[in-house]
Amino acid sequence: MKPLHELTLAEIQSLLQQKQLSSREITQHYLDRIAQQNSTYNCYISIDDQGALSAADAADAAIAGGANGALLGVPFAHKDIFCTQGIKTTCGSKMLDNFIPPYDATVVAKMKADGAVMLGKTNMDEFAMGSSNETSYFGAVKNPWDLDTVPGGSSGGSAAAVAARLAPAATGTDTGGSIRQPAALCGITGLKPTYGRVSRYGMIAFASSLDQAGPMTRTAEDAALLLNSMSGHDAKDSTSTDIAVPDYTATLNQPIKGLKIGLPKEYFDDRLDTAMASKVQAALAELEKLGAVLVDIELPNSALSVPAYYVIAPAEASSNLSRFDGVRYGYRCENPKDLEDLYTRTRTEGFGDEVKRRILVGAYALSAGYYDAYYRKAQQVRRLIKQDFVSAFEKVDIIAGPTSPSPAFKFGEKGDDPVAMYLEDIYTIAVNLAGLPAMSLPAGMMNNMPVGLQLVGNYFAEQQLLNAAHQFQTVTDWHQQSPVTD
Amino acid sequence: MQWETVIGLEVHVQLATQSKIFSGSSAAFGAAANTQADIVDLALPGTLPVANLQAFKSAIMFGLAIDAEIGKESVFERKNYFYPDLPKGYQTTQLEKPIVGLGHIAIPTETEGEIKQVRIHHAHLEEDAGKSLHEDFHGMSGIDLNRAGTPLIEIVSEPDMRSSTEAIAFLKKVHAIVTYLGISDGDMSQGSLRCDANVSIRPMGEETLGTRTEIKNLNSFRFIERAIHVEVDRQIDLLESGGEVKQETRLYDSDKNETRSMRSKEEANDYRYFPCPDLLPVIIDDQTIDELRAIMPELPEQKLQRFQEQFSLSAYDASILTEQRSIADFFETTADNCGDAKLSANWVMGELSGHLNKHDLNIEQSPVSADQLAQLISRIKDNTISGKIAKQVFEAMCANEGSADDIIEAKGLKQVSDSGAIEAMVDEVINSSPDQVAQYRAAEPDKRKKLIGFFVGQVMKVSKGQANPGQVNQILAKKLND
Amino acid sequence: MTITPEQIAITAGLAKLKIDGDDAIEVAKRIGAILELVDQMQAVDTSNVEPMANSLDAVQRLRADNAIRPENPIETRDALQQIAPAIEEGLFLVPKVID
Repeated sequence: MKPLHELTLAEIQSLLQQKQLSSREITQHYLDRIAQQNSTYNCYISIDDQGALSAADAADAAIAGGANGALLGVPFAHKDIFCTQGIKTTCGSKMLDNFIPPYDATVVAKMKADGAVMLGKTNMDEFAMGSSNETSYFGAVKNPWDLDTVPGGSSGGSAAAVAARLAPAATGTDTGGSIRQPAALCGITGLKPTYGRVSRYGMIAFASSLDQAGPMTRTAEDAALLLNSMSGHDAKDSTSTDIAVPDYTATLNQPIKGLKIGLPKEYFDDRLDTAMASKVQAALAELEKLGAVLVDIELPNSALSVPAYYVIAPAEASSNLSRFDGVRYGYRCENPKDLEDLYTRTRTEGFGDEVKRRILVGAYALSAGYYDAYYRKAQQVRRLIKQDFVSAFEKVDIIAGPTSPSPAFKFGEKGDDPVAMYLEDIYTIAVNLAGLPAMSLPAGMMNNMPVGLQLVGNYFAEQQLLNAAHQFQTVTDWHQQSPVTD
Repeated sequence: MQWETVIGLEVHVQLATQSKIFSGSSAAFGAAANTQADIVDLALPGTLPVANLQAFKSAIMFGLAIDAEIGKESVFERKNYFYPDLPKGYQTTQLEKPIVGLGHIAIPTETEGEIKQVRIHHAHLEEDAGKSLHEDFHGMSGIDLNRAGTPLIEIVSEPDMRSSTEAIAFLKKVHAIVTYLGISDGDMSQGSLRCDANVSIRPMGEETLGTRTEIKNLNSFRFIERAIHVEVDRQIDLLESGGEVKQETRLYDSDKNETRSMRSKEEANDYRYFPCPDLLPVIIDDQTIDELRAIMPELPEQKLQRFQEQFSLSAYDASILTEQRSIADFFETTADNCGDAKLSANWVMGELSGHLNKHDLNIEQSPVSADQLAQLISRIKDNTISGKIAKQVFEAMCANEGSADDIIEAKGLKQVSDSGAIEAMVDEVINSSPDQVAQYRAAEPDKRKKLIGFFVGQVMKVSKGQANPGQVNQILAKKLND
Repeated sequence: MTITPEQIAITAGLAKLKIDGDDAIEVAKRIGAILELVDQMQAVDTSNVEPMANSLDAVQRLRADNAIRPENPIETRDALQQIAPAIEEGLFLVPKVID
């Protein structure tokens, strides 16, 4: 039998049900690995040994009592953006270094109810603002494939934990690519669902109209298992959609013969690195072999997605982050001399540079005299971007392309040039603006670093996406490659 | 120079919902500090607002009551600013697409019988802020967020009022409408109805508006009246001494009876409004509007008309009685039960309101119920007691001594209509007042009418007010003229 | 569009952040670069495009008006205030608020 940490969620679940493995055993195995190796990767901010073991024991008792459940007793990690009752939730910020939420996020509550065993909370870019995990107050996460390179961001801790086999699966959130880009850079599978598919309640907001939580796993099958648990309408999130949740695992094995895959010419133009292009082409060829039909399409407003995003996301963030004022929770500066001082020093000391930069951009874009030129304009551009996708989906079932322009880069490589960093998300951002579901799949290696293939689905077509991804993974083994040697 | 005062009002009305506008916390008044502030109200990271249907229904009913357009698509926006009573760092309000559009409210003018339409620019839904308590906590302020998130409608008028009297009339009408609709308790002492006044002056006959100041947070009719007066005087003094009115926010200080500039609001604030991404547009369909229209209660205007027609009340009496729904209801119950609207009106506006004012009570706290008052009035009507004795009975009722009948019985206040008994009392008075009798008998018949008053008074005194005054008059006239 | 260090200072004031003199120049430079990127939007004609706040153009479902009253309000409050930096008598303390 392969090492426990090489088992997928589906395999763990099967062994648990057959009582060939106990939840305590697998949980302890992961806790031991985390204890030994987290300092190498820095992918966890908090580890909940006791909570995990007691949840594991409860799951074992339930299984012994005949209980059955896809996630029952299965360990995983939550991104530290989800509020967990009684367990510190930092969002990667000094501002929340002391924040112990009195409630569970809906995603947390759902997975708990399904018996999943949370190992700990994963590191992330501060308030999810970053594409390299370098903005975390708790230090950067290292890419398990090369400790000198970034894991991507903002869900870099989750991606690295899954890649380093310090968790069999993890949750992430994706505002502009924060699940897909680190998944690509760490060689794992990541899914950003349709906006509204997963409740945002209890997920610390970055940009409310773009944020969406999703699974980060080794395989598409595992992503389906996790999505089954995470999805669904939530009365506490009025932007969550009241559409029935299908069993995402039920259709994984359907053939994809005749599936029409659109290739946007804007994603494959001469700006795409040729080596990256050839990796993506090779992956597409595999899909073609499975019977998919490749169709050239256009997304003419693609180039506008980064500009529109860097107005909308900071604008919403500037307002969402106003609640961090040192009055009711979180960081508060020492000895404020007056109210103004309390606010200004708390926020200046509590937020990191990138967060402050985005707050300023957002506040500026919303300020009197600039609203129409920036915010309103960006919302209009957003509609044009959505319309591009709507037109494209009249012709194709899925849209494919690279997840990121290049494999993982070295720490500090982008300097602190924000624009260079922002362009890292060039292929992922449009999907958030349009609210569509999308996945990143391991699709090859470049200089020993993983490369991601992005598949974008139509609204609420996660089943179709997962089906295509799973089929791809039945004929490829990129997702089985591991940076771990033990 | 003759100056004209121009006033526009922004009235904040707390809606009487069970829960807050975006959270499930109770919106009741008076709980221990921060015990009605849940994780949404505290703006804990990750929490989200979910809007309250009843707040929308209430706002729509207000819109229907003022003949306004109802916003079919209603959008919440964020008004961004930092203040300790504002936990999210923004107030969720409406700007571009409010729930209630153009409407109008009729107010009486200083010319009797004339009404004036004050235009309503719009009314929008928003959340109330918490409270800063300034008692000294070692030089700190204490923040209570119980009120944070209480639903408000802000009613914004056009600058259509020309005097503080009109402003008060407008506010009273708003108060009447919201309490008639039952969408607010309208209790100004608890801040359920608050008002900001935009005040400017201009030379009489001038059409261009002068520079206005906004007077904040006026929470009683008296303060509003006084604040407008002192602010108008201040502006006149400024302009007549060659100065200029500065557009600013001012606070009314009731102790000093003056308005002063609010420094904290002075820094040019840029609220960076934008549509709240956590709250999707609310679409109001015609069916919802029709359903609400169907359950609209009678409004002040309609009740005023009906009272005049049904009860033959004067316009004045009807307007007083309909100013508050609770008083109108009290009156109507009284009138229905005793069958005499005129007497009921007099008693409600007279003795009852006198007693309530004296003891600073509102009608819901009245020690005498409408049914009890009706019983008292019935006893006047059936000659059991006189109007004068009734006042004595009423006092006893207010002191909780029992029902009218119980008190009349216990104190033996029943009117004496026994002619034998009255005759005896008349004889007693005539015999003990020989001078007055002589004077009476010497007088011309047309002067006698006046002089008989003395004897009536004496007889009533002897009877302790219980003699039937009609009978007393009759018997006296007969005996004196003999 | 460029942004001056003065505009940065004003915006920072609105956002309750302090950007010091030298920093303001550096921040202005970086934010200027972001705004330059963002300005690429201005090239496209959007005069007939309705702004889109929500990608699904969804509408809001409203909540029934039910108040949730904790069984022990004081205990519940005290539990929520355990994470508060400064409280007294159930109130959150801040430096004196001046109107």
